[in-house]
Amino acid sequence: MATILAVDDSASLRQMVVFTLKEAGHDVIEAADGVAGLEAAKSKPADLVISDINMPHMDGITLVRELRGLPDYKFTPILLLTTESSDEKKQEGKAAGATGWLVKPFDPEKLMSTIKRVLG
Amino acid sequence: MTIDISQFVQAFLDESFEGLDLMEVELLREQALDAEQVNAIFRAAHSIKGSAGTFGFSAVSDFTHGAETLLDEVRNGKREMTPEIRGLMLEAVDRMREMLLAARDGSAHDPDRVAETSGRIEAMLTSAHGCPGTDAATPVAADSTAAQSGVTHGESRPTPAGPWEILFVPQSVLLRSGNDPLGIFAWLAELGELTVHCETDALPALGALVAEDCLLHWRLRLDGEVEEAAIREAFEWVEDQCSLIVRHLGQPPATVSEAPAASAPAAPLDAQPQTAPGGRPVAANGAPVERRADAASIRVATDKVDTLVNMVGELVITQAMINTIGHSADQLDARAVEQLRHGLTLLERNTRELQEAVLSVRMLPINFVFSRFPRVVRDLSNTLGKQVNLRIIGEETELDKGLIEKLVDPLTHIVRNAIDHGIESPERRRAAGKSEAGTLVLRAGHQGGNIIIEISDDGGGLNRERILAKARAQGMAVPENASDRDIWQLVFAPGFSTAETVTDVSGRGVGMDVVRRNIEAVNGRLDIESTEGQGTRITVRLPLTLAILDGMSVRVGEEVYILPLTAILESLQPTPEQLHTISGRGRVVRLRGDYIPLVPLHNLFNVPATHERPEDGIVVVVESAEDRAALFVDELIAQHQVVIKSLETNYRKVPGVSGATIMGDGRVAMILDVDSLTRLHGTVH
Repeated sequence: MATILAVDDSASLRQMVVFTLKEAGHDVIEAADGVAGLEAAKSKPADLVISDINMPHMDGITLVRELRGLPDYKFTPILLLTTESSDEKKQEGKAAGATGWLVKPFDPEKLMSTIKRVLG
Repeated sequence: MTIDISQFVQAFLDESFEGLDLMEVELLREQALDAEQVNAIFRAAHSIKGSAGTFGFSAVSDFTHGAETLLDEVRNGKREMTPEIRGLMLEAVDRMREMLLAARDGSAHDPDRVAETSGRIEAMLTSAHGCPGTDAATPVAADSTAAQSGVTHGESRPTPAGPWEILFVPQSVLLRSGNDPLGIFAWLAELGELTVHCETDALPALGALVAEDCLLHWRLRLDGEVEEAAIREAFEWVEDQCSLIVRHLGQPPATVSEAPAASAPAAPLDAQPQTAPGGRPVAANGAPVERRADAASIRVATDKVDTLVNMVGELVITQAMINTIGHSADQLDARAVEQLRHGLTLLERNTRELQEAVLSVRMLPINFVFSRFPRVVRDLSNTLGKQVNLRIIGEETELDKGLIEKLVDPLTHIVRNAIDHGIESPERRRAAGKSEAGTLVLRAGHQGGNIIIEISDDGGGLNRERILAKARAQGMAVPENASDRDIWQLVFAPGFSTAETVTDVSGRGVGMDVVRRNIEAVNGRLDIESTEGQGTRITVRLPLTLAILDGMSVRVGEEVYILPLTAILESLQPTPEQLHTISGRGRVVRLRGDYIPLVPLHNLFNVPATHERPEDGIVVVVESAEDRAALFVDELIAQHQVVIKSLETNYRKVPGVSGATIMGDGRVAMILDVDSLTRLHGTVH
């Protein structure tokens, strides 16, 4: 069981992610944008961060960069949710320090198998 | 683990409709859009696209892709947000809305229209624009999409099964991206039988070791029916941070490729493509049923619900407290009575607060109605060749959800009327010395226990003569020397329309009388003020909620009636000098120089009264839509909040009565309808 931070401005996607992760027995913290995500990450260390890229206030790429600057998050897996068309974003995300990505659309099974890769 | 994602579909739809509304609001802004506004539009489209795919609405997702790409180009400065693009994006918003509505209701959308808009967006995307050289971006992105989605050369042909040898030499920074070679190995181990050999040659002396660097590399052997693409996928996230060699180790030894092992891989290979695409259509087909069921849901802010929960908690405590006292009722002493009173006071407060909290759950900002008007105004003024600036004030004003739904049609009608008949053409405005663009103001706010909604324009105003002529032509009774106010009321008469030509826009036989009926059906009132040449203002006055009314209970003989507090101006005991009889108007009460018709309620309802003479009882001065009236009753009892029960649904419509309520002592009291009461009095007279 891990503590996972899920950051997405879309409530429905967040619900789906949170529900799936909780079903799998994980502890999930939710945040609706990068600013709230960063706040949440600072107040409780997470074992994994899953974040959308396009969000108001602070986007996912900036969030990754900010998180990597925190001592607690130096090695924490951070996955970005991207759409299939954003190859450029994947590279930008990697350059910012993201661990990997999860391509939208995805279903709960895909989510679980993907996070297995980083949570073991 | 299987999770039914259809449970999130309602949230997705709610959120998408919100996103579309937001896009529309931003796109309809009169000024040039700043970067953040363009970003917000893009994000909304992007979100819808991403989520639509996830929740099984691939048609929506596919359609939105084009709009998103176009918006992305605007966002990145590759394009200007031209009026054409704005128009096109508004059109796209309409299509998305149609598709999502169809998805919600389980009906089909119009694929031709969608294709048409799609085509226009495609054409726009391929058209030349500001910065040359970026045209190629779209096709390139599309190509790389295909490449990224895993359709690699190797996969299209059956690749030889293992064993594979993998040489994995990570760069030292690998760990700092959060990747862990062990995670990758665990992933590979699920594909087949993995043998890991770690090479430690590159490790420096212990003193020089940096714990954060990854200085190991690995030689792996993977046995089993594994495709190269699957192996590469495991390294997908680290491919730019390592050297990776994946090598096929020739034909597997005969001992591995036994008959059952050879047939086993064939089955999953076939099964795989079927389950993957098959999984989604099942969800898509199954979902509409649930979607439709949920159409009447409302989204409520969490703090409102928290308040409710707290209130209920308080209520339970108070109730328990009174219960305890109740059980020892046979030995009530002064102290217990004191406690009981205290409990009752608390219970009353809790109940009231709970009631307010529950009502607030049903409250929505009026923006739910107002937000549609920028679009209505834009489309309509374009059609009519008029220029209209719309100002919206007080859109955060909250009112009951039930009211909001009933307001949409009447307000839309009033707004259309204002643009069609009120605001003049630019030429006529110029000739009249006004600015070419007319102004339409929508304003909402609270006034006492009422919600006031004003729709005002600076157009030509109502024409007294034309209304009179029209009314006479239709054979309506028009009083001599009628006041302006009386004449404006004629507009609300059934079948009345002053438009000289019946346009497509308004004047379709559904007139202001329907608007008035709709407003009155929710206990609202409608007023018109107009000055020729300067404009018209229509005021809609509504109760805060449909369910509860602040009322004054009055007694007439044995009967108790409820008067809406909002209608009461004052109550007084008249002196004999204030009472007069005027021929043609019956008895009146003289109040500060005005003569107000006296309406004895006992006459109207034919019940015996305690007092026959007004000076012995009380008169309650009420204001109706048309006039004031002095209701003569025996006694004022108290002020209450009463729960409105419909008389119409349980019995039938009774003139002068808008509903009924159950009083604290279990008796039924009629709630009086002041407007129809005064009309009733007029006919009795």
